[in-house]
Amino acid sequence: MDLAFTKEEQAFREEVRQFFRDNVPPETRRKMIEGRHLSKDEMVTWWRILNKKGWGVSHWPEEYGGTGWSSVQHYIFNEELQAYPAPQPLAFGVSMVGPVIYTFGNEEQKKKYLPRIANVDDWWCQGFSEPGSGSDLASLKTKAERRGDKWIINGQKTWTTLAQHADMIFCLCRTDPSAKKQMGISFIVFSMKSKGVTVRPIQTIDGGREVNEVFFDDVEVPYENLIGEENKGWDYAKFLLGNERTGIARVGVSKERIRRIKELAAKVESGGRPVLEDPSFREKLTACEVELKALELTQLRVVADEGKHGKGKPNPASSVLKIKGSEIQQTTTELLMEVIGPFAAPYDVHGDDDSNETMDWTAQIAPSYFNNRKVSIYGGSNEIQRNIIAKAVLGL
Amino acid sequence: MDFDLTEEQRLLKDSIDGLLADAYDFDKRKLYMKEKGGWSKAIWSKLAEQGLLGLPFSEEDGGFGAGGVETMIVMEAMGRALVLEPYLATVVLAGGFLRHGGSAAQKAAHLPGIIDGSKTFAFAQLEKQSRYDLFDVATSAKKKGDGYVIDGEKFVVLNGENADTLIVTARTAGGQRDKSGIGVFIVPAGAKGVTRKGYPTQDGLHAADISFTGVEVGADSVIGDPANGLPLIERVVDEARIALCAEAVGLMDESLKTTVEHIKTRKQFGVAIGSFQSLQHRASDMFVALEQARSMSMFATMAAEFDDAKERATSIAAAKVQIGKSGKFVGQQSIQLHGGIGMTMEAKIGHYFKRLTMIETTFGDTDYHMRRVSEAGGLI
Repeated sequence: MDLAFTKEEQAFREEVRQFFRDNVPPETRRKMIEGRHLSKDEMVTWWRILNKKGWGVSHWPEEYGGTGWSSVQHYIFNEELQAYPAPQPLAFGVSMVGPVIYTFGNEEQKKKYLPRIANVDDWWCQGFSEPGSGSDLASLKTKAERRGDKWIINGQKTWTTLAQHADMIFCLCRTDPSAKKQMGISFIVFSMKSKGVTVRPIQTIDGGREVNEVFFDDVEVPYENLIGEENKGWDYAKFLLGNERTGIARVGVSKERIRRIKELAAKVESGGRPVLEDPSFREKLTACEVELKALELTQLRVVADEGKHGKGKPNPASSVLKIKGSEIQQTTTELLMEVIGPFAAPYDVHGDDDSNETMDWTAQIAPSYFNNRKVSIYGGSNEIQRNIIAKAVLGL
Repeated sequence: MDFDLTEEQRLLKDSIDGLLADAYDFDKRKLYMKEKGGWSKAIWSKLAEQGLLGLPFSEEDGGFGAGGVETMIVMEAMGRALVLEPYLATVVLAGGFLRHGGSAAQKAAHLPGIIDGSKTFAFAQLEKQSRYDLFDVATSAKKKGDGYVIDGEKFVVLNGENADTLIVTARTAGGQRDKSGIGVFIVPAGAKGVTRKGYPTQDGLHAADISFTGVEVGADSVIGDPANGLPLIERVVDEARIALCAEAVGLMDESLKTTVEHIKTRKQFGVAIGSFQSLQHRASDMFVALEQARSMSMFATMAAEFDDAKERATSIAAAKVQIGKSGKFVGQQSIQLHGGIGMTMEAKIGHYFKRLTMIETTFGDTDYHMRRVSEAGGLI
């Protein structure tokens, strides 16, 4: 057992860090620190910088543009990216549909989609959840009927993140209504510009517009847009969801936020002394730091295990990372709320136009707290993660 | 970065696991408790035979030169089996003082007895007022000729009732809460003026309150610097904390396993109660708490090697915080999920809970270590 990173790994960390210092647009970083929403342009600009460097799809196989890094290198890259902070690559393209396409797609599909995913020429969104199908995803109803060389798609998806920016969607559709619910689902990709696709925004409690409802009304999609085999979509969806593992803990994000909490809590006074010196605040902050350190170590154990045994089947320990990681993220946003106290109240009517610089650092704290309630809900709610641990680990 | 055990470490793990699986089921443990002193001499001899009592000592001192990871392996296994024998008091604590501070003569005098299992030790540190502050020492060691005269009272000394030899902290100079002026002394348990009042502790181990009245010891009984023993005490106690973290992980691991087994077999309403989601989720939360604790136990073991003293101490304190919290949760919920049977002396689960509870209050509880981490400015 040895915690130390090798000299090469340390040099790699420094290289990554230096690249971020030199290349992340300062305005993007500032908005990230303040928890503000980034514009599509800001995100795509950064991702193309990353892709030009060859790090846009770092974990893909080398033949499709990946880096061939070790598990530890991926871990270091993610941690540094989150801690800098800079936007992580668009998960829907890079972590979700990309791996499905290079694993299950045909040669033509790989050639057509993969380079465009890497360079974010297409912005992808995820068509999984439906109004009646959240945790019980396999009950989904959106229908794709084969008509000649086309699919005709009807139905509705929801919680579609950043669909307003999207060029493409990957969609779970029911293609065999007579089959048992997991068996009759196919994985189909198509353009969001297709006739019959309607996107309607859902405003979340923080006031932001991250998610949408997406309606399909007789959308015509070429048959060849089916990925893999017909009615095998559930397998691909499971593969996709099990793919995102260690990144889910978001240790770097929480570390960065704790640094910010300390910085602010040293400035803001309460009862004649900095909030940071208030014993009850201090204890909560320390408790959170200890949990985060433990999570970091748990994550490193999973990373080391992947390094040894390959990224075969999904590791149920990733459910631990999801549960603890989301709880800690939520605690950090809660602590930020405590730091600013009554000044959490003003609603940022100025949005991102920076016309109210004096209130700048407080403006996004309450929205970020509200917004972060999502992290224990998405990606398989924490209750679903507990089901997974109970079944897959404890055998209950 | 590597979390795997080496081949030798794996063999060690197999050997201690095998020994305890064989010799230490819950029914046998009950018999050991009834032996004189409350633990088994035969088991202690077996541990010596397998070299486990000599593990951390250098080869020139007759040991095996093993490191922290090996102690972690042994302590975790002992936690899993709920071992009663005084490994912590003798090998980790007394052994630690001798390894880190002992003179060649002291090592030669005491290590062979530890390694061959013929002698056990106890660390007399806690005082009525000291709580968790290692520097809070009222017991005095006054210079007399070349040697010292020790006066004072020590409490809840683990293995204090049975130990052949005591390691005692006593003040050679300064006020009760001064950080300097503390010495560490080797005192034969049978020395004139030593009075021991032994009793069982809540977790089935044995301890003693010990008074020292005009106890005379020679100059050769001092371990290290009699005017500045605190750094040595802190170092050895930190190693004991790390060992306790590992023991607690073993206890939690076995608690969860036993509890899951119970809810798989216990039937109510015609089905195994483990089929109920509220119980499944509780068990999952116990698993999360255990894994977080396991991570921090490993972290503490590796932190012992950190060069920066402050970082080392803070990391170990953080581990003790995590162990305290996880241990309380896993322990309490194990009882809850067992239901009525968990409340009985007869079932083993309650004994795991009790040992976990006692570990929390040994060498600093969760609040104490939380404060230490906090005062050091946190971990990030």
